[in-house]
Amino acid sequence: MKSAPSVLLDEVRTRPGRDTKLGAVVRWTFITVSLVFLAALLFAPLATVIAMALAKGLGAYFQTFLDPDTQAAIRLTLTTALVVVPINTVFGFAAGWSIAKFEFKGKSFLITLIDLPLAVSPVISGMIYVLLFGLQGWFGRYLQDHNISIIFALPGIILATMFVTFPYVARELIPLMQQLGNDEEEAAITLGAGGWITFFRVTLPKVRWGLLYGIILCNARAMGEFGAVSVVSGHIRGLTNTMPLHIEILYNEYNFVGAFSVASLLMLLAVATLIVKTFVERTGYRRRR
Amino acid sequence: MKPLRQPSVLPGFGLTFGFTTLFLSGIVLLPLAALVLMTASMPWSEFLRVITTPRAMGSYRLSFGASLLAASINLVFGFIIAWTLVRYEFPGRKIIDALIDMPFALPTAVSGIALTSVFAANGWIGRYLEPLGIHVAYTWIGVTVALTLIGMPFVVRSVQPALQEVQRDLEDAAETLGAGRFYVFRRIILPTVLPALLTGFTLAFARAVGEYGSVIFISGNIPMRTEITPLLIVIRLEEFDYRGAAALGFVMLVISFAMLLTINLLQAWGRRRLVATGH
Repeated sequence: MKSAPSVLLDEVRTRPGRDTKLGAVVRWTFITVSLVFLAALLFAPLATVIAMALAKGLGAYFQTFLDPDTQAAIRLTLTTALVVVPINTVFGFAAGWSIAKFEFKGKSFLITLIDLPLAVSPVISGMIYVLLFGLQGWFGRYLQDHNISIIFALPGIILATMFVTFPYVARELIPLMQQLGNDEEEAAITLGAGGWITFFRVTLPKVRWGLLYGIILCNARAMGEFGAVSVVSGHIRGLTNTMPLHIEILYNEYNFVGAFSVASLLMLLAVATLIVKTFVERTGYRRRR
Repeated sequence: MKPLRQPSVLPGFGLTFGFTTLFLSGIVLLPLAALVLMTASMPWSEFLRVITTPRAMGSYRLSFGASLLAASINLVFGFIIAWTLVRYEFPGRKIIDALIDMPFALPTAVSGIALTSVFAANGWIGRYLEPLGIHVAYTWIGVTVALTLIGMPFVVRSVQPALQEVQRDLEDAAETLGAGRFYVFRRIILPTVLPALLTGFTLAFARAVGEYGSVIFISGNIPMRTEITPLLIVIRLEEFDYRGAAALGFVMLVISFAMLLTINLLQAWGRRRLVATGH
């Protein structure tokens, strides 16, 4: 079976009267303009990451990852993602189940609220937690008296990351579960299956591609978030520096090999994300808006 | 009267709805309310003074000016790229199609340092622009370049499906009846993709206004000249001027919501048009 775009292209090729000289000129102009634009803006920066990381050879490249501060940054980023992604996935299912399986008032308003973090600047996403938990913030005094640190510590980083990546799983699952309908679930319940059995044996397999899609996007954002985390982290080397923040520190110290080496790791993550995404789309999963 | 919730045989409404609203309130709504309340606790005169300082005004000018310019560039080039990907076959088309989403997936700090080194005076592209007197890195042009990169996928991904919707028979019919290429484009293709183009433009613009990571490396961050509003907020926070930061954040929040509303209206308009033309 052919995918939709290639059917379309066949149709273009066999179209009568299309193969004119003007058509060819327009075609090649469009392709050239597209490629030049993307080359300057996207491909050159991607290639530069590799070139800069390897500027002083493979030895210097791997040396970066022996540095304890770099290792601490990688560990912190992984920890954050490991906490944030599962929580947001559970949330995505809760939101998907309640919104797709039931009819209630104010549903579209609820969906709008879930998408809210996407419309907010990352800096504001971090700032709102500083206003709550920072030293001059609402709970600042109380937290200090009780020796609890949220801002400039791991909890703040996790909260800010959670806010930024909050909608990613939910916004894949909600439309998908709405579209797939409730017939199988209702049949399972009627035949005597419990709610959890129905969820794990019926719903979960139905939505697996959308789930995977949401999780990898959520993970990519969680590991790469810069603005929000930058505001709450305090940039303490080896302690509250995530990988993106560590890149900034190395870069500002003119340690370009180090900065671009860490950057190359995050670029690899982005490439892996896109590969999984393309693979999921091959299965026929299409994201809806 | 319609009941609050219609009955269903499926269990779990209380649990999932409760968890959803609780989690949403705790993580998103309450913290955002803190920002609004912090701003509301300021006297009106102080609020006005804080958000209209020359430095703040300079940052709005750059943030909104560069975002508008970047979104406009994307309107043109995003359309060309979407058109190329939908209508033409060429080697590497599928890989390029997949790479369009790169700015979504790539951490902003990575694109920030990468763009800076490409467009710096000794960079791959910067070295050819520098003799022409075009300084990209550490000027407003650099800010625009960064905002163009992060906004590009929004326009391409909005326009692509709309272009696939264009009815080719209509184009053929028009050409058979003697319409020129440009006429077909203006009267058939453009009206079909216009809502998608405007949605992509607004999405790109909204994203650009709030962008931080990819801009701060290439902008040079000179107050009044290359300092974006999100950076000014960060500076205020680092000075422990929470109220000043909250006021600026509130301004940005209001603008973001206005744009969110615009996007929703545009999408509703697009759907109505599709229905009206019988798709």
